[in-house]
Amino acid sequence: MEKKELYTTLFRSTFFLSMFTFGGGYVIVPLMEKKFVKELGWINEDEMLNLIAVGQSAPGPIAVNTSLLVGYRMAGVPGALVTVLGTILPPLVIMTVLAYIYMAVRDNAIVNNVLLGMQAGVAAIIVNVVYNMGKRIVQQKKVVPMIVMVAALVAGIVFQVNILWLLLVSALIGALTTLIEIVGKKDKGDAK
Amino acid sequence: MIYLELFLSFFQIGLFSFGGGYAALPLIEQELIHAQGWITNQQFIDILTLSEMTPGPIAINAATFSGNQIAGIAGGIIATIGVTLPSVIIVQILAYFYFKYQNLTIVQGVVQGLRPAVVALIASAGLTIFLTAMFGHSDWPVDIANINLVSIVFFSVAIFLMRKYKASPIQVMLITGVAGGIIYSFI
Repeated sequence: MEKKELYTTLFRSTFFLSMFTFGGGYVIVPLMEKKFVKELGWINEDEMLNLIAVGQSAPGPIAVNTSLLVGYRMAGVPGALVTVLGTILPPLVIMTVLAYIYMAVRDNAIVNNVLLGMQAGVAAIIVNVVYNMGKRIVQQKKVVPMIVMVAALVAGIVFQVNILWLLLVSALIGALTTLIEIVGKKDKGDAK
Repeated sequence: MIYLELFLSFFQIGLFSFGGGYAALPLIEQELIHAQGWITNQQFIDILTLSEMTPGPIAINAATFSGNQIAGIAGGIIATIGVTLPSVIIVQILAYFYFKYQNLTIVQGVVQGLRPAVVALIASAGLTIFLTAMFGHSDWPVDIANINLVSIVFFSVAIFLMRKYKASPIQVMLITGVAGGIIYSFI
């Protein structure tokens, strides 16, 4: 395939996915998989799953991370830049326009009433997200994650501890438990 | 230099939001409302509202929107670059190691370890949002007599629709928006 054609397809695919997909990363990623694995056939299923896993291990928006990895896989660093641009351009343009409309109409009585109603909706969406995520942690039935969750909640809300400290400590706990698990598996292997 | 401050704030938000869109919320709250005082609680919720109704990642939406509010179009672009740059750097490093060793066990262990803390942090940001929606502010203690009854009803209906009928966020926004526009205009 010609380079120019490759870049164009990469840009167009990520741009349209970002432009017309509501609901953020968890909705975009499966559509990306469909596009690049099934429709274009550029990446095989297993490799795509690995790319998604890598994307979720890095900070930042999952949609950006995954599209970046697809671009990188297809055309190296320039490909990654093309797909990132394709992914961030639609929200950048849409939100810029919205920001100006918002500033112009925020004080309008009806707009204010609509936004006031939506506040309760947004609160419900977040509570629902937290409930679903929290349930998944509890269902693991592991002691350490539950202690981390409760401790972080108390530290964050009651003691207003800086978020970066909370993340750092829980990352260290995660690294330690993983190391202990790896060593534990090795010991078992040796015993056999 | 407002552009540099914007860039650094959003770079930090991008660097530490592990686990997708909602994980950026507590960081946005801490950095933009409390540390910098660039946006109010009210604007924070409005940003979230608009993000739920527009396509694209929530962290990008929030960056573009607040950047614009704080320093115009250039501010929006700089904030968006700031929030994206950590991903661009870190994902490429991870990809390099992944393609080389086909193994990211420790990195994935760290991310697993972060997950319960991230849930707690989103819950904390959620509390701010919930209190603001119900009382108009999030300062503790709240006076239960000042609670917005319409808001409580909307909230309960929204939870019911999501749990029972799997309503999507955008449907919840449309229903509460239309209901708010009608009910608040007549009381």
